[in-house]
Amino acid sequence: MSIQVENLSFSYDKHEVLKNVSFSATENRILSVLGPNGVGKSTLFSCILGLLPDYSGKIEVDGEDIRNLSAREMARRIAYIPQSHYPSFNYTVFDMVLMGTTQQVSVFSTPGKKQIERAERAVERMGIAHLSHRGFSMISGGERQLAIIARALAQDAHTLIMDEPTANLDFGNQIKVLTQIKSLASDGYTIIQSTHNPDQTFLFSDLVLALKDGRVFACGKPADIVNRELIHALYGVDIELQSICNDAVRVCVPSFAAQP
Amino acid sequence: MAAQDSYKRSHVIVIALLIILLFITVIVSFMLGRYSISLKELFNILFSRVIPIDTFWSEQMEVVVFNIRLPRILMACLVGCCLSAAGAAYQGVFQNPMAAPDILGASSGAAFGAALAILLGASSRLIMATAFLFSLLTVGMVFVLSQRTKGNKVIGLILSGIMVGSLFSAGTSFIKLVADPSNQLPAITYWLMGSLSGITKKELALAAIPMAIGLIGLFILRWRINILTLGDDEARTIGVNTNLVRLSVIICSTLITAASVSVSGLIGWVGLVIPHLSRKVIGNNYRYLMPASMIFGAIFLLVVDNISRNLLAVEIPLGILTAFVGAPFFIYLLTRKGETL
Repeated sequence: MSIQVENLSFSYDKHEVLKNVSFSATENRILSVLGPNGVGKSTLFSCILGLLPDYSGKIEVDGEDIRNLSAREMARRIAYIPQSHYPSFNYTVFDMVLMGTTQQVSVFSTPGKKQIERAERAVERMGIAHLSHRGFSMISGGERQLAIIARALAQDAHTLIMDEPTANLDFGNQIKVLTQIKSLASDGYTIIQSTHNPDQTFLFSDLVLALKDGRVFACGKPADIVNRELIHALYGVDIELQSICNDAVRVCVPSFAAQP
Repeated sequence: MAAQDSYKRSHVIVIALLIILLFITVIVSFMLGRYSISLKELFNILFSRVIPIDTFWSEQMEVVVFNIRLPRILMACLVGCCLSAAGAAYQGVFQNPMAAPDILGASSGAAFGAALAILLGASSRLIMATAFLFSLLTVGMVFVLSQRTKGNKVIGLILSGIMVGSLFSAGTSFIKLVADPSNQLPAITYWLMGSLSGITKKELALAAIPMAIGLIGLFILRWRINILTLGDDEARTIGVNTNLVRLSVIICSTLITAASVSVSGLIGWVGLVIPHLSRKVIGNNYRYLMPASMIFGAIFLLVVDNISRNLLAVEIPLGILTAFVGAPFFIYLLTRKGETL
C-alpha cells in the first residue's frame, strides 16, 4: 500500500475544502482524480505532499505517517509533477532534471557523478536525452512535462503526484505524456494524477477517485463508476457513454450529439 | 556521460579564463595612476617582500604600491565581488531577474546610518561602522515585518523591503535637510555617490571579515539557490527546507552588501548588470553562475574604479560611473539577439 489516506479533512480558514476523504493508491496503478475546478484536487495533492500540515485525518506513505517524515524523507518517497509552467530563469533541460537529485547530497554540496548518471538515465527513460542542453523554456509543452517527469525519476521517489499532466498540451503530446505515465506505472511506480478528461480515465487509469464538494463521490474502476450519472453529478452536463473497439474503450459523448 | 563532461569542462574553462582576466586587470590597475609604475618595477617591488632583491626603486614607489594601490585594488575587487554575488543570490531567492542587492533595504539603511554619523561629526571609521550596523538593522526589520505579512512570503519580503527602505530614504533626506550645508551636506552627498578613495589596510581588514563569511556561505549554498527559483512548493517537494535556505542566503547576502556599502557608499547597477552578463556567458545554473558573477563583479568594479581615479584630475564618484556604464550595457543585454533571459 503506497499511499493511504484516511478521513482527510482540510479547511482554509472557515471554508472546508476536503471532507472525510479516504482512498488508497498502490504500486503499478494509475489513480485518476476526477472532479470540477475548485473541488479540492490541488488541496488534496498539497496535503499528501506535506505542503499543508494543518489537515485532520491520516496520510500514510509506504506505511509511515507523513507527519513523522522530514522534507528530505518525503522527497525520497513522493515526487511532485506540477502543471507545465515556465521557471523564472531559463535552465537547461538537464539542469532542471538534475535538481531532482538535490535531496541525495548534503546541504553544502552540489550533485556529483552518481546524481548526474541518475539524471542521465531519467532523461533517456523519458526519451528527451537529445534535448538535454536546450533551454527549458525553448522546448514544447509536452517536452517540458516529460522533463519534469524525468526530474521526478531522478529524485528516485516511487510515488508520483501529477497535477493535470496533460493540461495545455496538444493532442499528440497528451498521448505521448500519458503513454509514458502508463509505462511508468507498469514499471512499479504509484501514480496519482488529476484530470479533466473523463475519456482519458478509460485509456490511462486503473482507478478513479471522483470528488464532489470536497467529498469522495465515487471510487473504483473507471468501467464501473464513470458513467452518465457520475458525469452529470460532477459536471452538470448530460452525456451518453459509447463503447467502441469491443468495449476496450469508452467515450463520453455530449447528449446533443448522441441523439439517434 | 561524455556530453555532460564536455559541458562541465566548457564551464570550468570559462571560469578559469575569468580568473586570468581578473589577474591581468589587477596587474594593470597597479600600474595605472598619477604615479606611474612599470611592469618590471611592480614585479620587483611585489617580490621583494618574499625574496631579497636589490632596491632600485624609490621608497615612495613602494608606499604607493603597498599602502595606497594594494588596499584600494583589493577593496574594489571585494566590493564588486560582493555586490554581484548578492545580486545573483537575491535574483534566485526572489525568483525575480530584476532583484538587486538593495532589494531588502540594505543600501537605504547604510545610507541613513552614514548620514547620521556624518551629522554627528563621527570619524570615518565610525561612519563605516554605523553604516554597517544600520544596514543590518534595516534588513532585520524587513525580515521581522515580512514574517507578519499574510500570504506569499517572497512577496511579503519584497514589499516590506520597499516600505522600510523608503522610510530610511526619507530619514536620509531629512538629515540632509538639517545638515550644515558648508561641510556636512557635501560630505553626505559625496558619500552617497560612492567612492573607494582613502581606503587603508585597516578598513580593508575590517570589511574583509563579514565579506569572507558571506561569500563563502553563498558559494556553498549555490546549488540550493537553483531549487529556490522553482518556487516554494516545488522546492519543498524536492526535499529542500526553503525557509531555512532562504534565510541563510539572505543573511549571507546582507552581510556582504552591508560590508560593501559601508566602505564604498552607494554603488548601484553592479548587482543587477553583472549577474545578467554572467547568465549570458555561463547560463543560469548557480553552480557556475555564482563563481562567475563573483569574478566578473570584481573585474568590473576594478575597471570602473580605475576610470574613476584616472580619467579626470578629480575622482569621479563610482555610483555615477557604474550607472553610466551599467544602464546602457543593460539595455544592450536586453535587446541583444539570442536566447531570452
